[in-house]
Amino acid sequence: MLEFVQQLVNGLSLGAIYALIALGYTMVYGIIMLINFAHGDIMMVGAFVGFYSITLFGTNIVVAMIFAMLACAVLGVVIEKVAYRPLRKSTRIAALITAIGMSLFLEYMTIFLLGPQQKVFPHTAFPLKEYHAMGLLITNKDIFIIVSAIVLMIILQYIIKMTRTGKAMRAVSVDQEAAVLMGISVDKTISITFAIGSALAAAAGVMVGVYYNTINPLMGIIPGLKAFVAAVLGGIGIIPGAMVGGFVMGILETFVSGYGSSLYRDAVAFGVLILILLIKPTGLLGKNTGEKV
Amino acid sequence: MKKGGMKRLSVLVLMVFVLGIAAGCGGGAPNGENNGDKGEKINVGLNVELSGGVASYGSNSRDGALLAIEEINAAGGVLGKQLNPIVKDCKSVADEAMSVSAALVGDGIVAQIGPLTSGNVQGSTPVLMDNGIPLIAPAATAPNVTVDDKTGKTLDSIFRVCFIDPFQGTLMAEFAADNLKAKKAAIYMDASTDYGKGLAEYFKKTFEEKGGSIVAEEGFVKDDRDFKATLTKIRGKNPDFIYVPGYYQEVAPLIKQARELGITVPMGGGDGWDSPDMVSVATAPNLNNTYFTNHYSSQDKDPKIVAFVEAYKAKYNKEPDAFAALGYDAVQLLVQAIKDANSAEPAAITEALANIKDFEGITGKMTIDEQHNPVKAGVIIEFKDGNQVMNTRIQPK
Repeated sequence: MLEFVQQLVNGLSLGAIYALIALGYTMVYGIIMLINFAHGDIMMVGAFVGFYSITLFGTNIVVAMIFAMLACAVLGVVIEKVAYRPLRKSTRIAALITAIGMSLFLEYMTIFLLGPQQKVFPHTAFPLKEYHAMGLLITNKDIFIIVSAIVLMIILQYIIKMTRTGKAMRAVSVDQEAAVLMGISVDKTISITFAIGSALAAAAGVMVGVYYNTINPLMGIIPGLKAFVAAVLGGIGIIPGAMVGGFVMGILETFVSGYGSSLYRDAVAFGVLILILLIKPTGLLGKNTGEKV
Repeated sequence: MKKGGMKRLSVLVLMVFVLGIAAGCGGGAPNGENNGDKGEKINVGLNVELSGGVASYGSNSRDGALLAIEEINAAGGVLGKQLNPIVKDCKSVADEAMSVSAALVGDGIVAQIGPLTSGNVQGSTPVLMDNGIPLIAPAATAPNVTVDDKTGKTLDSIFRVCFIDPFQGTLMAEFAADNLKAKKAAIYMDASTDYGKGLAEYFKKTFEEKGGSIVAEEGFVKDDRDFKATLTKIRGKNPDFIYVPGYYQEVAPLIKQARELGITVPMGGGDGWDSPDMVSVATAPNLNNTYFTNHYSSQDKDPKIVAFVEAYKAKYNKEPDAFAALGYDAVQLLVQAIKDANSAEPAAITEALANIKDFEGITGKMTIDEQHNPVKAGVIIEFKDGNQVMNTRIQPK
C-alpha cells in the first residue's frame, strides 16, 4: 500500500509536467487545428533559459521560471507569426510539416549555438529537502512541481473563463469567421494563445531541469510526444482534457515502471495513443460532434 | 496510362536510380592495397566519441593517445618515421563510427584506435575488416567485440587493451559478496547495450554461485532520465547492494534519484562510471558508498603510472582517468607491434598484435590471448566525497 502511494507521488510529479506541456498542444489545436510539433522544443528552450538565468544571472528558481515563461511566450508568438500565420490559408498538411521543420530547427540551432552536451542544473538552485510522512518520502521538488502546476492551471482556467481574452479565445476556437464578424481580432487572439501555451511549456521545462538536473537540446522530443498523447487522451482541443490526460499519462507511466517492467514504459505510453484513437478518438472528455445536415 | 503520365513516371524512376547510385558511391571505402606510410609519416586514425552521450570517454582517451604519440615522436618516432594522428568524432553513435572509419581508411591509416564503447567499435568493425586495417579498442569490454557471437571465431584484426565484461562483472560480484557482505542484490542495468546486459549477466552468475540471491532485475535504456518508479520498486525489495552497470549519462541521475528516495545501501557498477560528470550530476554526497570496477587508478604508486599522471597533468592540467590511460596504452601497444613486425603495413601490424607477450602498459602487464584480449588486473574504485579512491586491486585467476 505504501509503495502504491509512493508511486502515486512519483506519478503526480511526472504527470504535472506532461499536463503543462499538453495544455499548450491542446490550446493551439483548439484554436487553429494545428498540432504544433515544435511545442516540445519550446519546453527545451524554456529549460535552457531557466538554466542560464540561474547560472549567468544567479536568480532563484521562481524568477528563473518567470524569465523562461516570458522568453518562450515571445518565442511562441514569433514562431506563429513567421511559420504558421502565412500558411493559415494552406492545407493542414503544409502547416503540420512546417511544425515538424520548426521543431528540428529549434533542436539543431540549440545544438549549433550551445553544443550537444548536456548541461547540469546547479544543485544550489534548489537544495533538496526531504519530508518523511507516514513512511512516504516526499521531496520539496515534488511539492514545488505539483503545486506550481496546479497554480498555473488555475490561473489558466481563470483567464479562459473570466476574462475577455479568454472569451475571445473560446469564440475563435468555436467559429473563426463568426468571431471576426463579432469584432474579435483573430490574429491577436491566436498570438495570445501561442504565448500562453509556450509560457506553460517553459514552466514545464524549468521543472524538468529542477527534477532531473540535466538538460540537453534533444530533451524536448520524448516528453513532447508523450504530452501530445496526453492531450489526445484527454480530448484534443479541450483544456481540462489536457490536464486530466497529463496526470493520467504520468501515473500510468510510473505504474508500468513500478509494477510491470520499466522497459515497456514508452511502449505503453504510445500504445495508449493507438488505443484511444481506435476506441474514442475525441478523447476521454471529448464530445462526439456529429455532422449536422 | 496517359502519355504525360508515362513520361513523369520514367523521369521519377530515373531520379531514383541516380539517387541510388549516388548514395551507394558515398558509403564505399577504397579497397585494395593500402599504403599506410605516406613517406615520412605513419598515419594513425583516432575514431573517438568527442560529443554525445559518452563524450568524456572519447575526449580523455584521445588526450591519452595524443600524449603517447607526442612522447614517441619526440623520442624519434617509430622505424625512423613520425606518427601522424588523424582524429575524428564519431558522436557516440555506431553509424557515425562506421562513416568515420571509412573516411579514415580513405586517409591512409595503418591502424585505428577507438571508439570507446563496445557498440561503437562494432559499428567500425566491418569497414576496417574489409580493408584489412587493425583496430585497437582502448576500453570496449563486451566479449563479442573481438569474437563473433555466432561462430565463436576471433575477428582477425580487432584487438583490445582492456579487460572484458565477464571479468568485470565477476569482480564486482565477488567484491559485493566478500567485502561488502551483501546477501541480496538488485540489478538495475542498461538494457539497451551489450555492455550493460553482459555485466549484469556475469554479476548475477557469480553472485548466485557465492550463495547470494538477486531480488530484482530491472532495466533502463539510453537517454532515460526518470528512474524513480523503478527505484521505488527496488527499494521495496530491500536489497543489500544494487548493481548498476551502465554509462555515466544515465547512471549519475539514477544514483542521485536513488539517494533522494532514501536508498542508502552500497551501489556498484563497471568502468562506464568513470567520468567527471558522475560527480557534477550526482553530487559528491550521493556518491559516497558507491564502488566501480576500473582498469587503473591514477593514485597507484607504480612508478610508470606516477610518471604518466605527471606528464598528463603537465600537458592537460587535469587528472587522467582510466580512458586516458587506456588510450595511452593503445598507442604504446600499436608502436610495440610495429617494432615487432619491423613494418608499418597493416597486415604485418595485425600479425604482430596477435602475438604480443608481456607488454608492459601503464594499465598493467598484458599478453594478448587467442580472443585478442589481454590478461590483466582490475581495480575497485570507491567514491569518497567526490574523489575516486582505490580500494583494492584484483589479479585475474
